[in-house]
Amino acid sequence: MSSAKPQSSAAGVSEPVLEIRDLSVSLPAWADRPRAVNSVSLTVGRGETLCVVGESGSGKSVMARSILRLLPEPHLRISGGAILLDGEDLARADDRRMRQIRGGEIAMIFQEPMVSLNPLMTVGRQIDEILEVHTSWGKAERRRRVIATFEDVRLPEPERIVDAYPHELSGGQRQRVMIAMSLVLEPKLIIADEPTTALDVTTEAQILTLLKELQTKHGTALLFITHNFGVVAEIADRVAVMRFGELVEYGPAANVLDNPQHAYTKALINAVPSLVPRKHPPRNAEALSEPILTVRGLEKTYGRPQSGPNWLSRILPGLGQGRRSAVRAVNKVDLDIRRGSAVALVGESGSGKSTLARCLIGLEQADAGSAVVAGDQIVGLSRKGWRPLRSRVQMVFQDPFASLNPRTKVGDIIARGAILQGESADAALSQARNLLDLVGLDAKAAERFPHEFSGGQRQRIGIARALAVKPDILIADEPVSALDVSVQKQVLDLLDDLRRQFNLTMLFITHDLRVAAHVCEDIIVLKNGTIVERGTTADIFANPQHEYTRTLLSSVPGRNWQQTIPDGYPARHV
Amino acid sequence: MNTSFRVRFLGNPRVLLGLIWLALVVIGAVAAPLIAPLDPFAISGKPFVRPLDGFLFGTDSLGRSVWSGLVHGARTTLLIAVIATVAAVAFGGLLGALSGFYGGRVDNILMRLTEFFQTIPSFIFAILLVAVLSPSTTSVVVAIATVSWPPIARIVRAEVMSLRSREFIQAAITLGESDSVILFRQILPNALSPLIVTGSLLVATAILTESALSFLGLGAPNFMSWGFMIGAGRSFLRDAWWLVAIPGIAILLTVLSINLVGEGLNDALNPRLRTP
Repeated sequence: MSSAKPQSSAAGVSEPVLEIRDLSVSLPAWADRPRAVNSVSLTVGRGETLCVVGESGSGKSVMARSILRLLPEPHLRISGGAILLDGEDLARADDRRMRQIRGGEIAMIFQEPMVSLNPLMTVGRQIDEILEVHTSWGKAERRRRVIATFEDVRLPEPERIVDAYPHELSGGQRQRVMIAMSLVLEPKLIIADEPTTALDVTTEAQILTLLKELQTKHGTALLFITHNFGVVAEIADRVAVMRFGELVEYGPAANVLDNPQHAYTKALINAVPSLVPRKHPPRNAEALSEPILTVRGLEKTYGRPQSGPNWLSRILPGLGQGRRSAVRAVNKVDLDIRRGSAVALVGESGSGKSTLARCLIGLEQADAGSAVVAGDQIVGLSRKGWRPLRSRVQMVFQDPFASLNPRTKVGDIIARGAILQGESADAALSQARNLLDLVGLDAKAAERFPHEFSGGQRQRIGIARALAVKPDILIADEPVSALDVSVQKQVLDLLDDLRRQFNLTMLFITHDLRVAAHVCEDIIVLKNGTIVERGTTADIFANPQHEYTRTLLSSVPGRNWQQTIPDGYPARHV
Repeated sequence: MNTSFRVRFLGNPRVLLGLIWLALVVIGAVAAPLIAPLDPFAISGKPFVRPLDGFLFGTDSLGRSVWSGLVHGARTTLLIAVIATVAAVAFGGLLGALSGFYGGRVDNILMRLTEFFQTIPSFIFAILLVAVLSPSTTSVVVAIATVSWPPIARIVRAEVMSLRSREFIQAAITLGESDSVILFRQILPNALSPLIVTGSLLVATAILTESALSFLGLGAPNFMSWGFMIGAGRSFLRDAWWLVAIPGIAILLTVLSINLVGEGLNDALNPRLRTP
């Protein structure tokens, strides 16, 4: 840590806007460590982007919030150090001054554009409010200014969007509104706390470009909090890596990304799945085997198809019309998956990839088409009809914190599936212990409850649960998107090992092309419920045919950085 | 987690005060014949003896010991309130669970039924039920339970609905678990904490309803209760204040204690500052 400091001065920071000196934020007595942020020193120069990277619990968000003094006091409070904005110490400023600074001199962009805007106010009015508080401009002047800012952030038809409500805008548009909101008073510093994490990859790419552009134009300093090294490679001038509330590495982006000094930074960077597509294993008899899953013309529609007026709207016109029009989530999908292959189902939110998976495991009933798993038709099966087939298809869920019953012991969670398949309780439990060992946990874990485990460990338990019934097909629905980078890698490698060991067929649902490239030999790209492209990962990465696939590939943050990584970085085992 | 719950719950001074008073009431109710050997209905002295004048809490218009009435009344009041609450929680919980779990038509029918009960003013409904069923311990319990289950059903329904869409329930479905196992072994145990809190607060309401019914002479006959004591003493309010004040204060303190404990449970079970 101390060795990192000289590096920062060597970086030759342009005149600093924000200077954080030995900042410490104390945690309440019941927390797992005494301080959320432990004597961190950083500077952000004019027109510069400083990326603060770290995993969950590293204190990066608390650090960012403490600059604006947005901490949940008295539980978390600044216990030492100084936050100098152009020489003025914000850690000691009074509340009145802080109100002037918030929005006026420092603006913040939050992660969730869905919840950061007030749903009951037009977006124009929400920005207008800021101007009302901070300036003495008249109404017409304020409106002109709002529209100009909307033009700045490239919102289409700014005149119309000013009077739109948040729900009328897409996620990307809302984040643009948030950026407009932060820009409107031309602050010296913008703090962006994971502003693109909730967005689709193509939208993310647009927003990052926009931020970079605006920064050049206005010369604003940007403090960018993220966990994603791809994003860092995309926009950072300098990088600060945090762990357990401490700064472990700090320096120019090129140095940190391509020549990391600290072991933790090295491990983090190595854990980022590379974009190098996975090669097909040598074709053998197995690879040419019969498809284990055959899907033909599968369809799933949500909401009722629009029909004539219903009984209510017939009596009282205007009522009962609130029904959403039908959304075709899965539209005539054909699939053939061979035994032992790993196929990634890639698409953005709303592409129907999760719905397709839920239809294939019986959590949703498909409307039309057929799906045959190892000779058995599964479309149209009742819950009872499904029961004997449960040992064929299993699922690993997305959120390890929601997918385990908090009141059941880990051993019972894993053993339950085998017991339902007719195994005796003792045999199932001893098998559960073996499985725990197999997924890299202690067999004693069987006696403990889920809350005693970390996210990555819980996901291992989820995998063990799915394997307990010895499935042929394993559907993994974004299994690593809720995990930290370093853990992601371990879980992906575990899935890969298990796949080989049990000759599993894997259908891997993900929005992240890096993850897809890391574990799957084949890729299927979905858009609006339709398959737009399919093929081997290597082919698709090298030569994408469909326009949408090309957009997806070119949107992956930090794609150029990955290619410059020297061969000396083994991609395996952190 | 258990120890931190205990610390949060018992470390709260209001909870402690409430628990102490409730413990006293429960001890009094259980050991009533030992603490107050006099029959609460027997004439044991001169009428209108003032408190501390031979009798701890004095005597009423017929010379019955108020202390005996208070202790034996605690027995009736608590028993009726607790049984009625347990019945209401069981019935409302089951209805809410089915309604939230199956949704659709089942939910529609059960929730319209709940609304039907909710729209009737509860106390008038309770009076009507006791009057129709003729006053007895059972009919008082039935009346209180009948008017107090709807909020329970609503809470359990909301909780089950949110838990039903959680991934661990979906995982149970994909393992082939049956509906009843999912509902009773996976969902309900996780819905317990709001149920416990509402249930404990419901005991307080039940005590008030029971007292009000007894006050009107619709309580269980042949059982001394606090409401009955207030009802019997109300005509002598100016001459013998203690006949109304002592059982009144007992009701006040008990209901207050239950509320304190219930709120303490709520704070301890749903701490806003839970590390994710």
